[in-house]
Amino acid sequence: MPDWKPEIRRRLAGLQLAPMREAAIVEELSQYLDDCYEELLAGGSSQAEARQKTLAELRGSAALARELRRMEPQVNPEPIIPGSNQPGSDWRTKMIAGLWHDLRFGARMALKNPGFTAVVVLTLALGIGANAALFSVVNGVLFNPLPYPEPERLVTLHQSKPNFATGAIPYPNFLDWQRENKTFSAMAISRGAGFNLIAPGEAEQVRGRRVTANIFSVLGVKPALGRDFAPGEDERGAAPVVLISAELWRRKFNASPDAVGKSLTVDDRSYTIVGVLPASFTLFRGADVYVPMGQWNNAALQNRSAALGLHGIGRLKPGVTLAQAQADLDGVMRGLAEAYPEANRDHGAAVVPLKERLVGDVGPILWMLLGAVGFVLLIACVNVSNLLLARATGRTREFAIRAALGAGQWRLLRQSLLESTLLALIGGGLGLMFAAWGTKAALAALPSGLPRAEEVGLDARVLFFTLAISLLTGALAGLAPALKASQRPLSETLKEGGRGTGGGRRRAQGVLVAVEVALALVLLIGAGLMIRSLSALWNVDPGFRPENVLTFGLGFPPSMRTASDEAKHANLRDLSARISAIPGVQAASFSVGASPLQSEDDLYFWIDGKPRPASTSEMHMALVYRVEPGYLAAMGVPLRQGRFFTDQDEVRTQPVVVIDEVFARQYFRDENPLGKRIHLGSDRDPLEIVGVVGHVKQWSLAGDGGQSLQAQLYEPFRQLPGSPSEVGVVVRVEGVGTGGAALLDSIRRAVQSRHSQNVVFAARTMNEVIADSLGRQRFLMILLNAFAAAALLLASIGLYGVISYLVGQRTQELGVRIALGAQRRDVLRLVLSHGMKMAFGGVALGLAAALGLTRLLNQMLYGVSATDPATFAGITLLLAAVALLACFVPAWRATRVDPMIALRYE
Amino acid sequence: MSPINEQRLDRELKKGSAELLILSLLEARARHGYEIRKLIETRSDGVLKFNAASLYPLLYRLEKRGWIEGKWVEKAGQRRRRFYKLTKDGRKVLAAQRGIWESFVAAINRVARPENA
Repeated sequence: MPDWKPEIRRRLAGLQLAPMREAAIVEELSQYLDDCYEELLAGGSSQAEARQKTLAELRGSAALARELRRMEPQVNPEPIIPGSNQPGSDWRTKMIAGLWHDLRFGARMALKNPGFTAVVVLTLALGIGANAALFSVVNGVLFNPLPYPEPERLVTLHQSKPNFATGAIPYPNFLDWQRENKTFSAMAISRGAGFNLIAPGEAEQVRGRRVTANIFSVLGVKPALGRDFAPGEDERGAAPVVLISAELWRRKFNASPDAVGKSLTVDDRSYTIVGVLPASFTLFRGADVYVPMGQWNNAALQNRSAALGLHGIGRLKPGVTLAQAQADLDGVMRGLAEAYPEANRDHGAAVVPLKERLVGDVGPILWMLLGAVGFVLLIACVNVSNLLLARATGRTREFAIRAALGAGQWRLLRQSLLESTLLALIGGGLGLMFAAWGTKAALAALPSGLPRAEEVGLDARVLFFTLAISLLTGALAGLAPALKASQRPLSETLKEGGRGTGGGRRRAQGVLVAVEVALALVLLIGAGLMIRSLSALWNVDPGFRPENVLTFGLGFPPSMRTASDEAKHANLRDLSARISAIPGVQAASFSVGASPLQSEDDLYFWIDGKPRPASTSEMHMALVYRVEPGYLAAMGVPLRQGRFFTDQDEVRTQPVVVIDEVFARQYFRDENPLGKRIHLGSDRDPLEIVGVVGHVKQWSLAGDGGQSLQAQLYEPFRQLPGSPSEVGVVVRVEGVGTGGAALLDSIRRAVQSRHSQNVVFAARTMNEVIADSLGRQRFLMILLNAFAAAALLLASIGLYGVISYLVGQRTQELGVRIALGAQRRDVLRLVLSHGMKMAFGGVALGLAAALGLTRLLNQMLYGVSATDPATFAGITLLLAAVALLACFVPAWRATRVDPMIALRYE
Repeated sequence: MSPINEQRLDRELKKGSAELLILSLLEARARHGYEIRKLIETRSDGVLKFNAASLYPLLYRLEKRGWIEGKWVEKAGQRRRRFYKLTKDGRKVLAAQRGIWESFVAAINRVARPENA
């Protein structure tokens, strides 16, 4: 029987009927023609005759076509077969239709394997989320401009001294800078200060700042409520006014709008609140109270040699460069050095961009972390790539059939890439949610050490970055499977009957796993080095015994200010006695001036018997600790020579000092320092050195030796004139771990039993002080560890997955081997060796990469080299063990293969 | 006997007769396309002839209007064929058209009958 269908189709061509409809019509007509032909044959016609007559049935088919065109809906050609070329549509429509089709197909595939999809999406979400989170940190800290108008014009100002580039500025100098400069539109100055907030509410210690009245206008910050300081308010004798932080406003005034105009009792004065700063103002972190500098009743404010911790903020005139401003202030400073040589000789000005000052040297660390988290994403990417490769093997026949139906290589490639990109985009969306939710929480939970942390958040740049890495991840993860899928020779695949045994694919997976292992190894070694550094740092002898030491601040009531020196001393002695008498307290001491790892204070001196230097810049400098006799025992600093202070060292007795061993070495070499005398100022008697104690790490555990100022000097607290408004206290207790809070309560009760306005604040154990001083290292270590753990987990999952897959694919072969007499041991060895080959390839690659990359960590390492062989070896062993375990589970499963089942398989 | 609207008459003359033939043939039972073609030819003693190209547009049009309904039927020992049957609407239309046709034929006859018969 002739096939009528082509004849019929030819006549229907150009109608663009819906494919189903066309097929139905063709079948019906061909049926009709068959009937016709059969009857003609039965009636005695020859085949040729019958055929001719039958075809005559189609004569006049133009009418048929016309009728159908009128009647049947014409459809847009839907690309049923990927890559097919329907005539009559332009390439753009076809491409979009094709993309849309591929996308829907991808979505269907994703929904068909929810388990697979979930694993892929979650893996990518974690990788992309971690990157988005870290990028939002980099973005917030390094990229985003400061939240002030024209922030690039803002600089910080300092007075540079021979041994300190960014020192404090004496107030009279600042006034001269302000008056004589030509490059700044405005200049302000401020200093941090602790205040006793007496009322409203319970007395407490708050942090605040003394500021020149123009500081907020220099920054471009407007109070959220009320007004800014007025120029006249920055002078002695003006009405006392205060601006408060939004935080204090909430805490003390319940965020009530009528807080403005209310009074705030700070120390011994009552201030009127004129304004509340916006909550977004975080430049002076933790400061709650701002009072005008000019109202500060402090004689040292007029002293050109007293710096008082004042640092400036300036706004450059538009168009002025940093260098111009620097040159301008250098000129002003030269004039001041001539006019006041004793105070200003060898001093200069330092102009530092505000952002640089705030962000400091955190940049390289963040970039390194971003690199590390990028590694995690790469590993996630490789894992997904492997999963897709494994699935691509399962889909070989699907791709082959599509290729056979005319889908081009490009079309198949596109389908694969589109599917992985779709998965990556979903993962990215989910990751962004993780990031949005997790970044703030992580920053709050991690040790401090990050500037501008409060400005970190999601913005357009973070969204764009996330989108970009999602697309990139999708493309990267999909590339290997896509290439494999599109390159496979058709005939081979179709002949194979669905069982993929392509060696090429397996090799690709092997390479991917090796890369994964290598990346994980680099991260693990980085994390390992950080752990070793931190443990080395913890083991650094700080020069004192930090265990069981509690430190806190003690603020005195304003009434003490006006008391006589005798009353002040009596008060201090009494408080000291009360604290020492608390059960559990072994030793206690007040401490002002410097405090190890917490605060610095220094003084100038010259040695008795030598002529007084003409200016301070020619004098010696030492860190100064002003403490009581109990200090040595409380801190656990060892006595080397002579004696420490006793209760007899007081105002009326011979002034004495104790020096540390560095001081002794530096200034007395081989001489015995005991009995020698030093001068601290022309207006004071010389002080006699009565003892030498051990050196204490003042600056930091890691970098103490790098600081030029090392000599340490102890003055007896009780020989100081007057009394500060607050003191630090160090207390050695029996087991601070058991009852730190309870002990603190007893201390609070003890000091408040003397006066209810005595305030205990900022209590920390000395171990916490040390931990905080290592904040940045701990921040880095915790993150690197988290990334390394994620990397190890992902890499072992990858290894496990590939080996499991391999075992699955080779079930039949393994069954045959076992059936032919292979021992389980042999099978185990076969599979394990395959896995470990990949792992060791990765280890070799990773070791080489780590040797190059850990150098970036150098700055953060302590007591361990960036290529520490022990760390490298240990981590390699760890990774090898994990890899072995990841391979062992599927390998063991392979030995359980029942040969009978395996052979019947398929 | 209702008078025949002129326009309608004209239209029905042109194509209505063919539709009437098909609807009539499907009144008794469902038939497939070739069967319909053969029946028209044999019952008209070869006077009326359709081929596939002329029959199927009619069938599809009637089907589209909902007067007939095509259905693939597979009978034992035979090939799949598409059988058309009259729908409820088709039955009404057939009755109406038959009426029109009969009036038409009667009218023609009355006019065309020889006067001397």
